[in-house]
Amino acid sequence: MSSTTATAERTRTRIDLDWVRRNGVYVALVALLLFNVVATNNFLSERTLMLQLIQVTPVVIVALGMALVIGTEGIDLSVGAVMALAAAVIPLYIGYGAPLAILAALTAGLLCGALAGSIIGFVGVQPIVATLGIMVAGRGVANLLGGEIKSIREPGFVALGTGEFLGVPYVVLIAIAISLAVWFVARRTIYGRQLVAIGGNPRAALLAGLPVRRVIITTYVVCGLLAAVAGVLMAARSQASDPTKLGLLMELSAITAVVIGGTPLSGGQVRIVGTIAGALLLQLITATLIFHNIPDSTAQMAQAVIVIAAVYVQLGRRKGSS
Amino acid sequence: MTGTLTTDAPTDRVDSAGGGRRSTGATVARVLQRQGALLILAAVCVVAGIAFDNFATFGNFSAVAVQASFLAVVALGMTFVIMTAGIDLSVGSVFALGGVLAAWGSQHGALIGLLLPLAVCGLIGLVQGLIVARGGLPPFIVTLAGLLFARGLLLALSDEGATTYKVPEGSWFRQLAQGEFLGLGLTVWIVIILFLIGGVVLHRTTFGSTILAIGGQEDAADLMGLPVARTKVVAYLMCAMLAGLGGTMMASYTSSGVTVLGVGMELEVIAAVVLGGTLLTGGAGTVLGSLVGVLLLTVIKNVINMVGTLNSNWQAVVSGVILLVVVVAQRWLAKIERR
Repeated sequence: MSSTTATAERTRTRIDLDWVRRNGVYVALVALLLFNVVATNNFLSERTLMLQLIQVTPVVIVALGMALVIGTEGIDLSVGAVMALAAAVIPLYIGYGAPLAILAALTAGLLCGALAGSIIGFVGVQPIVATLGIMVAGRGVANLLGGEIKSIREPGFVALGTGEFLGVPYVVLIAIAISLAVWFVARRTIYGRQLVAIGGNPRAALLAGLPVRRVIITTYVVCGLLAAVAGVLMAARSQASDPTKLGLLMELSAITAVVIGGTPLSGGQVRIVGTIAGALLLQLITATLIFHNIPDSTAQMAQAVIVIAAVYVQLGRRKGSS
Repeated sequence: MTGTLTTDAPTDRVDSAGGGRRSTGATVARVLQRQGALLILAAVCVVAGIAFDNFATFGNFSAVAVQASFLAVVALGMTFVIMTAGIDLSVGSVFALGGVLAAWGSQHGALIGLLLPLAVCGLIGLVQGLIVARGGLPPFIVTLAGLLFARGLLLALSDEGATTYKVPEGSWFRQLAQGEFLGLGLTVWIVIILFLIGGVVLHRTTFGSTILAIGGQEDAADLMGLPVARTKVVAYLMCAMLAGLGGTMMASYTSSGVTVLGVGMELEVIAAVVLGGTLLTGGAGTVLGSLVGVLLLTVIKNVINMVGTLNSNWQAVVSGVILLVVVVAQRWLAKIERR
């Protein structure tokens, strides 16, 4: 305390570090982009960049729903199974036309979300267990409905996966639209504020008269619905439904994207832009390693280290700010 | 991840709800809540025994026991971690890694095949434990990274999964899981011994009480001067070593290191532990419960296989539904008990 200059200097470095911590995901994303621009051949071609965007859309869509759920201090392990389930429903109804099939798929996702939300909101079962049950059962149901890989050739449905508007694929446009919508809901609506309040302190939110159960159930419904959208889009891209493989380990990718995007697992905060950046960063890490012919094994180990490092940096921020 | 949202959240634990007089209803509720999985297991066994001639035979039971033994070893370690209110998502990958290391190591001697996986998997567990306990990072994320890391290491060892290592013919390493004693597979005996030790450690040692105290309330345990960090590190170390041992047993059983094993196993193991009555919030549960949970999941698989006409995907559906029913019932019974 005696030397004011030293204190001032320490505060300044603290602020700089805090800035890096708060924006770590963007810093890493920009750094990796620059690296690729310099070191990767043809990285800046429209084709390469668009392919990256197409590949990241399912993760972005699922991660947005996951971010809302994590904001309520919850977690949803069932998203991958819900994707598979939604995709498995498509071939059953595709005979009645693409719109009805998609509607049925989305309904399946909605019902899974409603079931998870009800078990968590009404009964008070921990989110991780409730969604684990739905994950196990959901994948089973998807396999029962779908069985082996089924190709889907209905022109309307195929167009959803392959079509473009002004050179941008529909799937990317849909992901952008969903991102904007979720951002608006989380930031600008009463529901969004209630969600964050509940995640911050469920008991206080309940005592303050917030509709805790309704918000919880709505959040899991939104998450299930978004997972179903991702499942439908993936099925449309590949023109097939593969219940065994589709969405496998998606829950882990989505949670990772949310967490490295700056949303704490302890709830009470939702960072939408961070989540999208997190998903893009994960995609770019994978792509960079592939561009440079680094084997899958090394890529996975690198991802593990990056995840730990990202969370460690954030933890420092939380300690520093409190 | 403690997102329970009831107004009466503070007394979440079975044990802490005790004290004072209890009504008969509360006692019944308590028994049901604690032994729910056992009751379902008994019911399934009775029904299957009546429905299928070859279910209630020694041959079938010993086959089920061997099938269950791999999962059981992993579930034992997970029980300890969950009781500290932690979680270990890496066990599936570590299990597979253990198997590949064992098969690779056994080519250079049976003892190496046994010890190498324990050492490497133990090291992974030690690092995870240190990051969780000393670094204060959420176990969910740390062990998720562990899952990726172990899977990556496994792929690197097996040339991106292209190479499958074989346990040499005539190595006594094969006897570890293929041998029998008193008509039961050796893996079953390993499980019985490990669970006896696990039960004694959890319920009769200071280490066990520290585990339960940490899960009950970590801050309080810390203020009482209990070695919180060290105990947590040991729990994650044990969990990873047991997962590695499970993989080693599997390698011995199949005589090879199969790289595709263990995907999604972590969730099956967590389901078994939760079915067995251990709360994910930590602080309560029994080692024996986890064994019952594992047996229930394995018996379901066995019964569905016996039905024959049923698609094997029913296993997942039934397991998931039973998990949901049991946790909802546990919650509901806990409310009755508190009245």
